[in-house]
Amino acid sequence: MLNYLISGISLGSVYAIIALGYTMVYGIAKMLNFAHGDIIMVGGYAAFCAGTYLGWPVPLAILFSMMICTILGIVIEKLAYKPLRNATSLAVLITAIGVSYLLQNLALLIWTSNPKAFPNMVNFIPSIVLGKNSDNPITISSATIVTIAASIIIMVALTLFTGKTKMGKAMRAVSEDKGAAQLMGINVNATISVTFAIGSGLAAIAGVLLCSAYPTLMPTTGSMPGIKAFTAAVLGGIGSIPGAMLGGILLGILEKFAQAYISTQLSDAIVFAALIVVLLVKPTGLLGKKMTEKV
Amino acid sequence: MGNKIKILGKTNKNSLMGFINYGIIILFFVVITIVKQAGALTNALSGQLIPICAYIVMALSLNLVVGISGELSLGHAGFMSVGAFSGVIVSGAMNYGGVTNGAIRLIVAMIVGAILAGIAGVVIGIPVLRLRGDYLAIVTLAFGEIIKNVLNCLYVGVDKAGLHFSVTDEAHMDMSAEGVTLVRGPMGAVGVVKASTFLAGIILILLTLFVIQNLVNSRTGRAIMAIRDNRIAAEATGINVTKYKMIAFVTSAVIAGSAGALYGLNFSTIVPKKFDFNTSILILVFVVLGGIGNLTGSIIAAALLTVLPEIFRPFQDYRMLVYAIVLILVMIATNNERLRAFWKRIGHIFRKKGGELNEQ
Repeated sequence: MLNYLISGISLGSVYAIIALGYTMVYGIAKMLNFAHGDIIMVGGYAAFCAGTYLGWPVPLAILFSMMICTILGIVIEKLAYKPLRNATSLAVLITAIGVSYLLQNLALLIWTSNPKAFPNMVNFIPSIVLGKNSDNPITISSATIVTIAASIIIMVALTLFTGKTKMGKAMRAVSEDKGAAQLMGINVNATISVTFAIGSGLAAIAGVLLCSAYPTLMPTTGSMPGIKAFTAAVLGGIGSIPGAMLGGILLGILEKFAQAYISTQLSDAIVFAALIVVLLVKPTGLLGKKMTEKV
Repeated sequence: MGNKIKILGKTNKNSLMGFINYGIIILFFVVITIVKQAGALTNALSGQLIPICAYIVMALSLNLVVGISGELSLGHAGFMSVGAFSGVIVSGAMNYGGVTNGAIRLIVAMIVGAILAGIAGVVIGIPVLRLRGDYLAIVTLAFGEIIKNVLNCLYVGVDKAGLHFSVTDEAHMDMSAEGVTLVRGPMGAVGVVKASTFLAGIILILLTLFVIQNLVNSRTGRAIMAIRDNRIAAEATGINVTKYKMIAFVTSAVIAGSAGALYGLNFSTIVPKKFDFNTSILILVFVVLGGIGNLTGSIIAAALLTVLPEIFRPFQDYRMLVYAIVLILVMIATNNERLRAFWKRIGHIFRKKGGELNEQ
């Protein structure tokens, strides 16, 4: 029971980190960035190459992966999304799907479809054993501890960043009203670029954590966690940072419990059904702002 | 008065476009039949004919939701899979019962597939249509995944006593020894006795065009489009928003179900994984590239984008890469503000020239 809870929180923390990226991009650029899941995959491969092929130490490999993803995020935004700044949301969505296909197929060409065995990169903390003397001690692996700690640190840092810094305030202003923000002298394009950079950097961390926990790395590794994290972001109320965190962790716990107690095959269906139920009761998600309609 | 003439003119133009659509499909059928008779049709291409028909119908039905009703649906493949699996089960049961005639099996399978997909459409539509915009999109995505997951657990068999269902494994179906397993969970439907024909596909497309075009040009269709253009204004004029959105959504699901049955009965095996999120996106790409709300565009885009990857199969490694790049470039070329203004200017120049020629 407690075991499932812990592994659920661990998985949920990864979802939460991915969902934070989704939610920030959605909040500011008002677009569903379907390529986000594939940036996770690129992050995983970048860390894998740096760690395994080049033999770099783990912190350097993670930094390298974050750098690659940040640059990739900015480039994608500049080339594919910026020309569509005022286009319909459907056009941007299809473009994002195009970018997702592009990244997957590039990865397929570079690294082939053979799964890579990802080394556990986050075992620098000793694992904790709870209840050593009881009948069934519970081991919390180092990956779990690092994942949960990372997600909490990231959430706090992001909340502080958007709340206290000048750039964060600019982001909130752009997400409220793009036109008015521009009139106030905020560089909207730069703000959106920074958002993509942060979101993609987080995706790299998520990629390393995800692959450390589930060590098969393929070009399609990112797509399902991407969709689930997106679900988590919507569940928590898309555009809200604590909402993404809450949604991610709830989703992770729900998925693990569904796998343990109901059915492995149906666990995804149960997760998605939970989303539908939540949206029916609260149409803007758990912590989402209620939208007022203007006539 | 002037207004009236304009409206009449528009209706005429619409029905003209309708006839053009029927014409394109019939021409397509005639050309393919002639080429086939001449023996010039490659195996790879003739194997694609029925999937092309199914995808055209899927694109047309999704266009009803995305283009006419203005709601983004990311789970359309779910309805297709409901149609495909119910069609395959019904056809298999009939075959077991002694009805071996392919045409009868196909027609019954399509009707059953359409009805079940329609029921799924109602069940999904009730919660989904309460939501707006991106939330609606994610819930349709969720439903598509749920349908896929449930079908992944479904076991169906048939024996003398009738159909047997189970959601755990084959042994739990309580089937007698001489029974036949029709659907095997994640392995999908196996040993399907094919029944689909190209002619049936063409007839289904014509039927779909007939239904959608008449719906669009009716009072109901105008109400649906009024809701799309301005929901609040439409509501204020007394249009029942939920009812008309529901009509569009369920009609689309019914059509998708029959397309699914056509698709399912074209292969000897069919797996639930075939109808995942990527297939929904593929159909959405047909609709968007063909032009949202443009039925002719959907037909052409669905046909071309199903055939092209087959033709470029020798360049297997690069074709999806090129597909992705083309997709992005087309979206930017048709939706970027500056480029749009540019296309418009070019269009004006040509139109002006044409006008001057006419005057001379």
